[in-house]
Amino acid sequence: MDLLRLITCGNVDDGKSTLLGRLLHDTKSVFEDQWDAVQRASARRGDAQTDLALLTDGLRAEREQGITIDVAYRYFATPRRKFILADCPGHFQYTRNMVTGASSAQLALLLVDVRHGLTEQTCRHAFLTTLLRIKHLVVCVNKMDLVGYRQEAFERIRDQFMAYAERLDAADIQFVPMSALHGDNIVEQSLRLPWYQGAPLLYTLETVYVGNDANHVDPRFAVQTVIRPQDPAAPDFRGIAGQIASGVFRPGEEVVHLPTGFTARIAAIHGPAGPLAEAFHPMSVVVELDRDLDVSRGEMLAKPGNQPAAASELEATLCWFSSTPLDPSRRYRLRHTTRETNCRVKNVRYKLDVTTLHRCHADAPVQMNDLARVSLQTAAPLFFDSYKQNRQTGAMILIDESTNTTVAAGLIR
Amino acid sequence: MPGFHLTQLELLEHEAIHVVREAFVQFPQTAILFSGGKDSLVLAAVARKAFAPARCPFPLLNIDTGHNFPETLEFRDRFARDFGFRLIVRPVQATIDAGRAADETGPDASRNRLQTTTLLDAIAELKLDAALGGARRDEEKARAKERIFSHRDEFGQWDPKNQRPELWNLFNGRKRPGEHFRVFPLSNWTELDIWAYLAREQLPLPTLYFSHEREIIARDGTWFAASPRLPLRPGESSRRERVRFRTVGDMTCTGAIRSDAATLPAIIAEVAAARQTERGTRADDRRSETAMEDRKREGYF
Repeated sequence: MDLLRLITCGNVDDGKSTLLGRLLHDTKSVFEDQWDAVQRASARRGDAQTDLALLTDGLRAEREQGITIDVAYRYFATPRRKFILADCPGHFQYTRNMVTGASSAQLALLLVDVRHGLTEQTCRHAFLTTLLRIKHLVVCVNKMDLVGYRQEAFERIRDQFMAYAERLDAADIQFVPMSALHGDNIVEQSLRLPWYQGAPLLYTLETVYVGNDANHVDPRFAVQTVIRPQDPAAPDFRGIAGQIASGVFRPGEEVVHLPTGFTARIAAIHGPAGPLAEAFHPMSVVVELDRDLDVSRGEMLAKPGNQPAAASELEATLCWFSSTPLDPSRRYRLRHTTRETNCRVKNVRYKLDVTTLHRCHADAPVQMNDLARVSLQTAAPLFFDSYKQNRQTGAMILIDESTNTTVAAGLIR
Repeated sequence: MPGFHLTQLELLEHEAIHVVREAFVQFPQTAILFSGGKDSLVLAAVARKAFAPARCPFPLLNIDTGHNFPETLEFRDRFARDFGFRLIVRPVQATIDAGRAADETGPDASRNRLQTTTLLDAIAELKLDAALGGARRDEEKARAKERIFSHRDEFGQWDPKNQRPELWNLFNGRKRPGEHFRVFPLSNWTELDIWAYLAREQLPLPTLYFSHEREIIARDGTWFAASPRLPLRPGESSRRERVRFRTVGDMTCTGAIRSDAATLPAIIAEVAAARQTERGTRADDRRSETAMEDRKREGYF
């Protein structure tokens, strides 16, 4: 069976958790004891009706405050597909957790309350999903029941969003009018919206084509570790272990080792179930070469005719997570593929206003939840592609060495 | 271009292998937390594959509560031997004898919580930088929130409100001395994925998972295995039922379900149709609404 990874995002109170609860409930993915527990907890709090958000707000603090702080992962399946759904926080304060959920998603559900239209947080999330290269965006125009299921109300939001999206780099945007509370257009086509000709949400989720979303063009293999059994049964075995970042590798093909530029041929590729005729993203494999090259973690295999950029100066967009602002005089630890090195932010070119998508405030400090275009200087060269072309070799994180926390995500230009 | 397609089970396996190898590279001392249950044995099997043809570099660490099913202990020893793992056992009884923990008293006494002290002591004693666990996010609502590389402070505590962002497949395992990580390579697997994998790989399993006849005591809506660990209360009696266990924990807190599923395909069909979560049979989760989070904060599995 297929697997689709998706997120729900949007402003607080636009109905994310209700939609998620509805999806889980209508696909019969809520177990009886979970449902009993949610009903009990809701009744104890004195809620007028069962709060579906309690299905995913699993932390004590979330349940006490009635907000989502961190991503909750939920799993459900239909006969067509299995889904991993990351329910992301809507609060501005927890944007870093939303980005955590979004980094591995293939599709985003963006909730909009039809009465309120686009808010700054709707725009922020729409922008972040496209920045992170989630190719499929489904704008869920929710709470249609509160506007009498009127077509004009839906179209107003759609037009508003399209005007904003013109400046985004989104590949595939769809709009579904719905009421998550009443189940309109979630699993079944709703008779209350006869003017809507499109499919209900679940059908879209089951059928959206994501087969060509991964990069199968540029061969990149970041060395994770080297496997050498100290075993008389395999005295000469020396395998390079790692996950295929992109492209396709086959036995017999010539590869180039970076940084040395030496070439070798692939003697064999071993997968979890044995030898492979080809390997592609996201397979975890062990590659044997036909001759001994000095290969270690953080280095890369590519093809002689298709190599990544190699440089220690690069341009990137940073999403800043830490409550301590970016300090250009400081050294940060940078992790990119399997490589770790030191870096410094040489120059903040501009910050981005996500509502207007205008450049601004180059001089103000880069603070939590800011998006900033920067130039980076690294201590060792990186082997990279632009994030647009390659989600695996274009992504990085920055780590503060004094606290060991992840302070930023970076997307290479 | 040909279709580059992987099934969900293949995807999950590749992801888990990546995480296991990343733990090996980032942490000098790592062990696999091994209960003898289905998730920990799938984890051990995946970890073995991650380093083939070399040996898996991690030992299995088992915290023996003294209240385990005898079948689980027998399986634990046999699995370690047959799959070539070094097995380290640390008994909760030793923690109690050393005066570092005391048995709970009262009607629902269990050693579930006591394990935490023994586990944290073992992590300190073995100087572990990371402990690999088979926990899955679909099991429980607090686990649904946890990172794959999950930080523990010097007291072994989890801080759920302040988790590190975890993006793409870039894992940040940096820590101070005395702190450690819990690493969960099977985070994205569901109960059904585990069973599908057990069937595909034809892995051995404790007999408790298969339908069998057993003397049970019905208590608070849960069917407990009759055993000397669970004295009958006034008015209670035991009876024989055809049962199996969906999870394998202590005899004092793990409930059985009525089942005729005696083969892997039958179990898969049963799990696919189940209307209760697997942890619905666990009395340890029902102590309060946030029982799992509260125990995890203290350093529980």
